[in-house]
Amino acid sequence: MSVDTGSTTQRFEAALADLEVPVTSTDPSKFERTVERIAGEPAIGTSLPFPSVSLPDWVDDEPSPRDLESATTGITAASIGIADYGSVVLPATPSGAEQVSLFPDLHVPVLRESDLVADMPTAIERLGPQLREGHSAIVATGPSATADMGSLVKGAHGPKDVHVLLLEEAGEDDE
Amino acid sequence: MSSDADREAKADHIRHLLETEGEAVETNTLGFNQGRYDSVAGLEDYDALKRTARAIKEDAIERLPELLEELRETVEANGGTVYLADDAADANRYIRDLAIEDEADRVVKSKSMTTEELEVNEALEGDGVDVVETDLGEWVLQVADEAPSHIVAPAIHKSEDEIARLFNAEFDPEEPLETAEELTMFAREQLGELIREADIGMTGANFVTADSGSIMLVTSEGNARKVAVVPDTHVAVAGVEKIVPSVEDLAPFIELIGRSGTGQDITSYISLLTPPVDSPVVDFDEPDVAFADRDDDREFHLVLIDNGRLEMREDDQLRETLYCIRCSACANTCGNFQSVGGHAFGGETYSGGIATGWEAGVHGYESAAEFNDLCTGCSRCVEACPVEIDIPWINTVVRDRLNRAGDDGQFEFLYDELVPDAEPGGLDLQKRLFGNYETLAKLGSATAPVSNWVAGLGPVRTLMERTVGVDSRRSLPAFQRETLQDWYDRRGPRRPASDADREVVLYPDTYTNYIDVERGKAAVRVLEALDVHVRLPDVPGSGRAPLSQGMIETADRKASRVYATLAEHLDAGRDVVVIEPSDLAMFRNEYEKLMPERSFERLRDGSYEILEYVYGLLENGADASELRSGNGGPDVAYHSHCQQRTLGLDVYTRAVFEDLEYDVLESEVECCGMAGSFGYKEQYFELSMDVGDRLAEQFTTPEASDRQIVASGTSCEDQLDDLLGRDAVHPVELLDPRSRQH
Repeated sequence: MSVDTGSTTQRFEAALADLEVPVTSTDPSKFERTVERIAGEPAIGTSLPFPSVSLPDWVDDEPSPRDLESATTGITAASIGIADYGSVVLPATPSGAEQVSLFPDLHVPVLRESDLVADMPTAIERLGPQLREGHSAIVATGPSATADMGSLVKGAHGPKDVHVLLLEEAGEDDE
Repeated sequence: MSSDADREAKADHIRHLLETEGEAVETNTLGFNQGRYDSVAGLEDYDALKRTARAIKEDAIERLPELLEELRETVEANGGTVYLADDAADANRYIRDLAIEDEADRVVKSKSMTTEELEVNEALEGDGVDVVETDLGEWVLQVADEAPSHIVAPAIHKSEDEIARLFNAEFDPEEPLETAEELTMFAREQLGELIREADIGMTGANFVTADSGSIMLVTSEGNARKVAVVPDTHVAVAGVEKIVPSVEDLAPFIELIGRSGTGQDITSYISLLTPPVDSPVVDFDEPDVAFADRDDDREFHLVLIDNGRLEMREDDQLRETLYCIRCSACANTCGNFQSVGGHAFGGETYSGGIATGWEAGVHGYESAAEFNDLCTGCSRCVEACPVEIDIPWINTVVRDRLNRAGDDGQFEFLYDELVPDAEPGGLDLQKRLFGNYETLAKLGSATAPVSNWVAGLGPVRTLMERTVGVDSRRSLPAFQRETLQDWYDRRGPRRPASDADREVVLYPDTYTNYIDVERGKAAVRVLEALDVHVRLPDVPGSGRAPLSQGMIETADRKASRVYATLAEHLDAGRDVVVIEPSDLAMFRNEYEKLMPERSFERLRDGSYEILEYVYGLLENGADASELRSGNGGPDVAYHSHCQQRTLGLDVYTRAVFEDLEYDVLESEVECCGMAGSFGYKEQYFELSMDVGDRLAEQFTTPEASDRQIVASGTSCEDQLDDLLGRDAVHPVELLDPRSRQH
């Protein structure tokens, strides 16, 4: 619904900049190195549903409750990015993507650039059929925060920091 | 029926809150309110979004029975359970049974006003269940054993220092906690432990979608996400009005709710959960079993609450309340709320403007009566509301119903002969006095100046304070012996109809006609200077005064008489011009509720605010040099009237000032705090002055202190006179070619 200026990607990045949320663009060839640079250890994750990339070996992709509490970084897939708001849509999975994106101090959502949409109605239109099939998702915008203790604090019950990884795939990789 | 003692008790309560909670409430609500303005400015079409949201709620409430059935089917097909509770006791019984069945020791909760309405915590605690609020604000209140003062930010009445003192005393940490950061991390750790071991997670729901059986939660902390997925049982509690037809209907609300409430474009998390959710249970009894290896059998209960709502749906006046999305915009934008917060401006559960509707509907009129009078009808909440609820009207209706529920007959013998209203005999004396202000003004004017001398006498003021609660610290407006109409009859028109460009009926509102006659004369001279033929017929009061006291029937009668008087002028193509914005707001807004649609539209379309009209004349070629400009006139400190702004009319005054090259500094407050009779009432005098102080601060800065004070509303002028000890004038008096102001 916001005033349209620039490309979807530029607007998404600008919205994240307003939120002071870092975003790093990468491609499949540099993916592992980029993750290594951003994530701290121990890191946990849930497998990425993207054919062109997968989580590095050193990321525990089958975490347990104990891992959830010791991990400092959680890496999960985002299914949609919303340019107007700098939001990422985080689908819940039986493997625990919701928890992995929520408990560690740093959350790294991995979003394919091709999954960016301009605005909220478009995102919700995409989510409609999924919710009707029984699935759940979080529209997450920046880190968790609270102003309940007298002034704004980043990191309440959820992550203190979010670092978005924007995956640029070449046309032929995009299956 | 308020007695002098009741009024003093109310004044004491308000004074106490102004002293103890006022500062924190003010800082926070002003921040939220400014955030709203800034945030909605970024929307391409805010009004269209509000209209869409409104239409979705109208449709959903209309189709509620059918949506309830659809929702039940989808949730059950998803593997959850739906329980429709008739009232709080019924809901609590169901939830307690669940806890007993689950052998639950602990329930962790995310923030939910609806569970506050049920008082479910107390019900569960009675069974020995440990109930933990995990929203940090709610947790602070649980530790402090206090009630929320705001429906979205429940602990806004507490400062960082107070919370630190509370935590240090209660938990005795090794290192005393000081900063918000330390307090937050401490709470996160404590609550994290409690969530780990919880048996049931309880959330509210901002919206529920019938087509998918999903709930939407609007949060920022992440506690609701944890509460919903860590335990294996999720109980969601929601009023039946939260149901919307489909997932796609959520989009406008996602865009509006954060902006309207705390002034954020969007909150950190919008949870869209279709329970039972796919996410695995976080079972710390099996800490090393990978989530991927679990096979959970989650339990989900959706507890839908009627508790009066279905009856509200049948009530033509209260139904709009059910469109409310509980965003808190009406509270944040309200001058009175900004000063006292929800501990004064609230009932058993809900607070802020729309709370009157909620309390009347779910807890009953007595709970609404506690704070209903704090709504002054300034109408600033109307444009703030993302679903366009006419909140002042709901407050008026509830006030009217409360008036009628009073002790019939007590003063009947004394008053029915004297006052021309249409209200029951048991009506509160103070309300009756202010509601019949027109009669009082007529009498006062006819007997002036004696009436003013008498009213000004110490013993008389004391008596007035004791009997009807007119605060003796207020200066009373002085009645003029020669009314505006007398003056005009004597003087006659200076611009004959034959050589005038247009013909105008200048509405002689009660205040202008009997008290501030000068601004009426200025209006006549300004119109004539712009080649307008002015008529000043005898038109009754608009009904604003009785309406503000909840005397709807009296206002209705006045509306009919006003229309009867003006209809012929409208048919003759004359424009109706109004000086007092609160009267014009009657013509443009409230009359829709009081007269047939065609009559309402005719008067609405044919009436103008004086500066709006002047602007139109100048735009159409009238000679601006006939008016006094900023070159000859003073620099200005201008406060536009609350209802004038809600009608979107302040722009015209601003434009005329600009055209005439006035140097203008404008106030940035929602309301002056006087609001007609409100500031004269003994029980609200201090609150009124506190609200006014925000305006006074802006007009006493070095930049503003030498400027001519200008205000569009009569009560704003009176309030500014009292606050600053400087004479305030109406904009039209500045423009008056014969003006004597500086």
